Amino acid sequence: MQKVQNNKAWWLVLPVFLLVAFSALIPLMTVVNYSVQDIFGPGQAFYVGTEWFKEVLSNERLQDSLIRQFIFSGAVLLIQIPLGIGVALMMPKSGIKGSLCLILLAIPLLIPWNVVGTIWQIFARGDIGLFGWGINQLGIDYNYTGDTLDAWLTVLLMDVWHWTPLVALLCYSGLRAIPEAFYQAAEIDRASKWAVFRYIQLPRLKSVLIIAVLLRFMDSFMIYIEPFVLTGGGPGSSTTFLSQTLTTMAIGQFDLGRAAAFSLIYFLIVLLISWLFFTAITHADKEK
Amino acid sequence: MRQTRSKNVGITLFILLLLTPIYWLLNMSFKTNQEILGGLTLWPQNFTLDNYAVIFTDPSWYSGYINSMIYVSINVVITLLVALPAAYAFSRYKFLGDKHLFFWLLSNRMAPPAVFLLPFFQLYSSIGLFDTHIAVALAHCLFNVPLAVWILEGFMSGVPREYDEMAYIDGYSFPKFFVKVFLPMIRSGIGVTAFFAFMFSWVELLLARTLTSVDAQPIGAIMTRTIGASGIDWGVLAAAGSLTIIPGLLVIWFVRNHVAKGFALGRV
Amino acid sequence: MIAWMNWTPTVAIFFAVIAGILAVMTVFEIVSPCTERKGFLPIATTRGDRLFIGLLSAAYIHLAFLAVSDITLWVALAVSVAWLLVLLRWG
Repeated sequence: MQKVQNNKAWWLVLPVFLLVAFSALIPLMTVVNYSVQDIFGPGQAFYVGTEWFKEVLSNERLQDSLIRQFIFSGAVLLIQIPLGIGVALMMPKSGIKGSLCLILLAIPLLIPWNVVGTIWQIFARGDIGLFGWGINQLGIDYNYTGDTLDAWLTVLLMDVWHWTPLVALLCYSGLRAIPEAFYQAAEIDRASKWAVFRYIQLPRLKSVLIIAVLLRFMDSFMIYIEPFVLTGGGPGSSTTFLSQTLTTMAIGQFDLGRAAAFSLIYFLIVLLISWLFFTAITHADKEK
Repeated sequence: MRQTRSKNVGITLFILLLLTPIYWLLNMSFKTNQEILGGLTLWPQNFTLDNYAVIFTDPSWYSGYINSMIYVSINVVITLLVALPAAYAFSRYKFLGDKHLFFWLLSNRMAPPAVFLLPFFQLYSSIGLFDTHIAVALAHCLFNVPLAVWILEGFMSGVPREYDEMAYIDGYSFPKFFVKVFLPMIRSGIGVTAFFAFMFSWVELLLARTLTSVDAQPIGAIMTRTIGASGIDWGVLAAAGSLTIIPGLLVIWFVRNHVAKGFALGRV
Repeated sequence: MIAWMNWTPTVAIFFAVIAGILAVMTVFEIVSPCTERKGFLPIATTRGDRLFIGLLSAAYIHLAFLAVSDITLWVALAVSVAWLLVLLRWG
């Protein structure tokens, strides 16, 4: 659509600008201030320059949790995106069955994150949980509180359970927007199932998929509550992701300077990746 | 036809797997603690509502639900009120710095809340809003408003400009046009936006917990109380968890017809 | 009221400079609006886009200096400013 140049539009944006600036800029400035000081208490702070940054960059615990975070986010995307597309393709096209599927699929999305953690904490236990009990009955030694790999798989499974429906719902709405005529043309050409998917459905899903990838990346990158409730970050620190390391540092140890420096680096990483995604989206829009 | 059937089997299986953990939670909420810890039972042997009774008779329990509902509702209202005009501006006009403003808004949706916890706490304490519903509602705006603008902008771009121009010719003032003509046209967009705002505010705990202590404490924070000296009270924990699912179910029921269209954020 | 923000002169100068750059760019944009063009970057950009890319990469340049060397950050700053100017002119 042709847009009109009009700077008065700023008046319409102003409330949003002020509201978000209040909640975003003031805390951001504070974090930057923290990051260059060593803070002991109210009014007692020493200027330390970039020391925190230097320390954080060479801190192995942080590097480990960053690497763990990237592996986790990567795994989340690799599993959830294809699975979500698959589920969307299987959903009934319309009618009462369609809406029923929609509602049932959306349930995990609407559960508070700490409850999601609680559900899996119970569900995966070997003694009182169906899942843990079932796996143990199969003769596999499974214990998510004791074994690193089991803990990892449980956190991953929980995230897949929690968020695949979002990908599926996004893809479903993308599929619904494809005109019936496209399928009819494919039928006349006797196109195979795969060809229909590859050349009709997948290209049409592109823009929804970008949104799905973006949302899933952002949310998995800041995952905190669910693994915290489920495993408490353990065993050891095997499921301690970035957010949890950060929160422990800032609230638990009251290590403000280091946590702030770390926060800023964290924010820069997210900003860069999001910018790349955003540029990709606007470019995809332009090509249309 | 066989293909349709295998599809149906597939989707049914997926949904069953999806619902199993939730069934397990429900199942547990109707059991006594002795039964829960005594062994694995697929359905409650001694069906009991005691766990729910604990929650509904103790004000410090059920007030958690009320607190959560209050701040979520305030948040949805604020989000819609400020996001609607802004989204209109983004969808209709080019203005100085529009693209950068848009990205800056979105980048707040991306900022991990953990980064802002302590400054948030101090900011809201210093203006005297700590432990109020409005504080949590405002804090949640940080990630809900950008998302709302993004979704609404997509819907509004789908409405041709001609409608705006026609309304002006008919002598409508801008506010009148916006409320009487424009908003009804993007009804489903508003519904979906409200759904998303509700969802992300309802499920968030980190900020809500940091900004409250007693008067506005969300249910998620109260649930940690079930861990007492004698171990975890599994039954009550399960009952409290089950109850948090209900508001979400109600909301999705109301917007179900808009969802198929709107989940694509109006951008397909 | 704002004591908890723990302002330090360095950070205050930092934000003042950023605000200054934004103000100058805004005035510049009003005086002579710029159009998108293609430079050595793989995408077509406006002046504001290039500024953003420049600032973001400046942050990463500083971090890189901190991570791998003990050289004073003034060098990193000089490199960043030079890079920013190159980007604004030819990017």
